[in-house]
Amino acid sequence: MTVQHDPSVYERIQAGEQFQELRRRYRSWAFPMTIAFLVWYLLYVVLSGFARDFMGTKLFGNINVALVFGVLQFVSTFLIAWAYSRHAAAKLDPIADELRGATESRDEVGEGAK
Amino acid sequence: MSHETLSTILFLVFVALTLAITFWASRNTKSAADFYAGGRSFSGLQNGLAIGGDYMSAASFLGIAGIIALSGYDGFLYSIGFLVAWLVALLLVAELMRNSGKYTMADVLAFRMSPRPVRTAAGVSTIVVSIFYLLAQMVGAGALVGLLLGVHSQAGKVWTIIAVGLLMIIYVVFGGMKGTTWVQIVKAVMLMVGAALITLLVLGKFGFNLSGLLGDAATQSGKGDAFLNAGLKYGTAAQGTWGKIDLISLGLALVLGTAGLPHVLIRFYTVPTARDARKSVLWGIGIIGVFYLLTLVLGFGAAALVGSKTIAAADKAGNTAAPLLAQKVGQDIFGDVGGTVLLAVIAAVAFATILAVVAGLTLASSSSFAHDLYAHVFKRGAATERQEVVVARVAAFVIGAIAIALSIFAQSLNVAFLVSLAFAVAASGNLPAILYSLFWKRFNTAGAVSAIYGGLISAVVLVIFSPVVSGSPTAMRPEMDFHLIPLSNPGIFSIPIGFLCGYLGTILSKEYNASKYAEIEVRSLTGLGAERATGH
Repeated sequence: MTVQHDPSVYERIQAGEQFQELRRRYRSWAFPMTIAFLVWYLLYVVLSGFARDFMGTKLFGNINVALVFGVLQFVSTFLIAWAYSRHAAAKLDPIADELRGATESRDEVGEGAK
Repeated sequence: MSHETLSTILFLVFVALTLAITFWASRNTKSAADFYAGGRSFSGLQNGLAIGGDYMSAASFLGIAGIIALSGYDGFLYSIGFLVAWLVALLLVAELMRNSGKYTMADVLAFRMSPRPVRTAAGVSTIVVSIFYLLAQMVGAGALVGLLLGVHSQAGKVWTIIAVGLLMIIYVVFGGMKGTTWVQIVKAVMLMVGAALITLLVLGKFGFNLSGLLGDAATQSGKGDAFLNAGLKYGTAAQGTWGKIDLISLGLALVLGTAGLPHVLIRFYTVPTARDARKSVLWGIGIIGVFYLLTLVLGFGAAALVGSKTIAAADKAGNTAAPLLAQKVGQDIFGDVGGTVLLAVIAAVAFATILAVVAGLTLASSSSFAHDLYAHVFKRGAATERQEVVVARVAAFVIGAIAIALSIFAQSLNVAFLVSLAFAVAASGNLPAILYSLFWKRFNTAGAVSAIYGGLISAVVLVIFSPVVSGSPTAMRPEMDFHLIPLSNPGIFSIPIGFLCGYLGTILSKEYNASKYAEIEVRSLTGLGAERATGH
């Protein structure tokens, strides 16, 4: 069911420029974004604990900062998820497909696989 | 007809439908990939619904609506952690895990390590986390049925727990991942439709004026504007600074725990490619996000229309807020019959919810037992696929039976804290091991084993000496007092401990395998050599 590749195949791909670019594009997007949304979320939790007067400020009607801040966490989650799917489809998937395609077609002629 | 009878009939319809699905699925469940991963043939949308079905437990449906109805805003705070957590899964875990693993969480951890110690640790952690979660759900089921069906006798609760346990065993033993996934899809659709319907009726009563609804909720709660802000349940003024640190500790465990929960992780294996895993998490985030926004309206709506006093009188924890609200809006809009019907519908949805979640947990723990402990630790990888599936089925039966027995024993104890403990263990032990495995070149066997045991043990020990186990009126053993730590949630300590143990274990061991790291890195990012879907 699964094609077993010679370990050296992976090392060769890993060392290649294309893979390094894929890795850079993935990490340089996912890592800073993870830190950003965690900080944004923790800011919200810390303010909920320690800045209740500020969170209780009414903005309009009975809608206060706490509620708006909470709903913004939903909005940011949806937006980040959407942005990631766009980034992945445009910047990551094509390289991953190419790398996989190149190796798998070699498999068919019996070069890369054992 | 009483709402109890109608609920029972609706619930029996759900049981009949899911059993039919299970027996259909059992005929298509032959190979190990079928049993563990549903043949990897679910679409992104189907798995997204199943993610919702697996994740939106009765604790989050009835529990969060109940916390909001009684303590206001704090319930909303809870749900935000549950949602944001999915970004960790989306950005860092889902696709890479789908590409490099096979059936269980341990497949990724053991990829470049010495398999026996790592699989033992991962198997232990998986089973412990799943059993904690299962116990909380099943004890909750016993109490819930009492409330919703008017069964208040001890024997009635015991029989409910046994019935829930037997059904979950049947789903998993016969249906495997395929059957369990379909049960979760059906449940997710029922839950979303039910919650959306009640939400629309509630909003309609307030002329779609959210501010008006919040104002009435604050007034009816008797707590005024404080009801619309944090601090009535978590980090209250009376608890002082430790209470607020406890709130942050809870928030950390919620946001980091999801991507380390074994029953969540195995969902990524049920789709054909990493891209479908991504799609399924996107669907999952949409479904779960909308659901928690609905529970916000349900919780505040229950406070406004039913009143916090009535809700607290029916159940101290507020678990019947959503059903009572359904009855109230049904009555107001459609008369007595409407109230009865809506209450029955929501009660039936709540049972369906419990069943789907416990089935997912049983599947995760029995898969890990068979694939990690039996096949790789006891048999050292020499078990056949057929043997593995037989063992997995037996394990589902045994784990289910143990869960039933423990739940009956624990039903008079307050075990609600076990859900947040499960998240804390997942965040402290499993998540560091997974992230290091995927991203840290140097990570090795000693690191993986130290991270898992370090996180697991520190979280459990911290909780044993916390006010949720002893020394407070709401503790599991209120009559005893051996608590040493003022925090109910261990995450703020145990998560750094888990990461630190993983780091120290790694650098103190010389083991390092560059070519295996090349393999997992290339596989996880490109999908090269990833497990394929099985065709039927």
